[in-house]
Amino acid sequence: MTDTTRTLRIGGGAGFSGDRIDPAEALARDGRLDYLVFECLGERTVALAQKARRLDPDKGYDPWLERRMQAVLPHCARNGTRIVSNMGAANPRAAARATHAIARDLGLKGMKIAAVTGDDILARVQDLNPEVEELGHPLDRLGNRVVSANAYTGAGAIVTALGQGADVVLCGRAADPAMFLGPLIHEFGWSMQDWPKLGRGTIAGHLLECSCQVTGGYFADPGVKDVPDLANIGYPIGEIDSEGNLTLSKLPGTGGRLDRRTCTEQLLYELHDPARYLQPDVIADFSAVTLTETAPDEVRVEGGTGRERTGLLKASVGYVDSFIGEGQISYSGPGAQARGRLALEVLESRLARLGLPVQEVRAELIGIDSAYPSRQGDAPEVRVRLAARCEDAETAQMIAAEVDGLYLAGPAGGGGVTATVREMIGIGSVYVPEALVTPEIEMMEN
Amino acid sequence: MILRDLAHSRAGDKGNTSSLSLIAYDPADYVALRTLITPDRVKAHFAALGVTEVTRHDLPGLSAMNFVMKNALAGGVTRSLALDAHGKSLSSVFLAMELDPAEVAAARAAA
Repeated sequence: MTDTTRTLRIGGGAGFSGDRIDPAEALARDGRLDYLVFECLGERTVALAQKARRLDPDKGYDPWLERRMQAVLPHCARNGTRIVSNMGAANPRAAARATHAIARDLGLKGMKIAAVTGDDILARVQDLNPEVEELGHPLDRLGNRVVSANAYTGAGAIVTALGQGADVVLCGRAADPAMFLGPLIHEFGWSMQDWPKLGRGTIAGHLLECSCQVTGGYFADPGVKDVPDLANIGYPIGEIDSEGNLTLSKLPGTGGRLDRRTCTEQLLYELHDPARYLQPDVIADFSAVTLTETAPDEVRVEGGTGRERTGLLKASVGYVDSFIGEGQISYSGPGAQARGRLALEVLESRLARLGLPVQEVRAELIGIDSAYPSRQGDAPEVRVRLAARCEDAETAQMIAAEVDGLYLAGPAGGGGVTATVREMIGIGSVYVPEALVTPEIEMMEN
Repeated sequence: MILRDLAHSRAGDKGNTSSLSLIAYDPADYVALRTLITPDRVKAHFAALGVTEVTRHDLPGLSAMNFVMKNALAGGVTRSLALDAHGKSLSSVFLAMELDPAEVAAARAAA
């Protein structure tokens, strides 16, 4: 008989690598948390981390890991709060070693730190040669341009690591909601086939995984949707019962806002079919979720469910795609838009004259038509932007240099040139049988 | 009148697909919004992006809809040359949609 009154408190401490750290520290200190989860990987982050690891075998994990751990580990150790994160990125073992060293330096004794690996399927996926969804052709057509292949892994290995007593679990490409589902399965003893509970736990994870995007972050629109004290926004706390129902709150005295509106925006964020949210462990069904405001800055989430998982895992394949050359220059005052347009015309003629081998060009005026190609309105200042996809870095440099050249050879009054070249790592999706992934756990203890 | 007067929105991205929520401020407007904001209308609104397909998912319990737009992001965040490669600002472009007060009144009356 499970104890139905028992609840678990999980904090959403980060929604991306660059997220604020002090709100997570406040959660660790004052949140009375059982778990603190840091979600720090975007679609492309693992591929970039793989490149970093190749340059230095001790790197390839989240660049902010040390700073985050130094901020929260003392509080977590004192309060008995366990940490789950995908800050391991391309190198969970190195992330665990770094965390172990920080715990030692802080004088924290008896901490167990687990590295979960197995999501890196680069060696195995090439034999399988699946179709790359976005490209519409098999993986092998990318040849030696492939730099990484990481599967979105489920909660299973996290549950195992917690069962072995881990205080900190560092994963690679764990699926975002799985990092919340893992503690729920471990603590409540849910079956890995209890689809409705796994569905509700996934929905809880989905609401918490983008940190303050549920507590008023990314929401403010002055005069229409106001949010108090964004500079001091409180990050979310999820209190989840053994059935997977969730109550969201944040620390008293923090800024932000938590209500039906902020929760609805986050519930639907990055979702396609709300009845079929495909995850490694379950297909979660959001379609009958209800949100109830139970107190100021407190929302109750119920009504979610789930169905049997597909048995396939999505994996992200990173590949060397191209080099982007980009330049920008500003024009201000009367006729700013006309001078900006003239600058674009000059650039267009120059590219044609030089015959640069570019694959794709984008030329626009920031302030007029860069976010959306409507070409309407006027502006007191505009910023010319030229970006081109090139096969090689040298051509990309010449694109950027052409914008720089507008300083003397362009329209009057141009200023503030920036010129950049960056290598583009493309990301494609493939689907692989879950049996292709064999999770491994390595435990370090001090 | 624009859509922003009746609803709010957040944009999300997966690959070259953009998803846009649309959430009624007043739940009483939800049925009218469903009548007015059809997938075809959304596709036409975002025509300049080259969107090829728009699917709408209804969430009546949340007074919300979710629009999924294929080929909306110039190749997607990892490839696009766009300044806003995620298409995060498309939620605001969505809310700029012009609505005729007469059609809104008619949709509300029919709801």
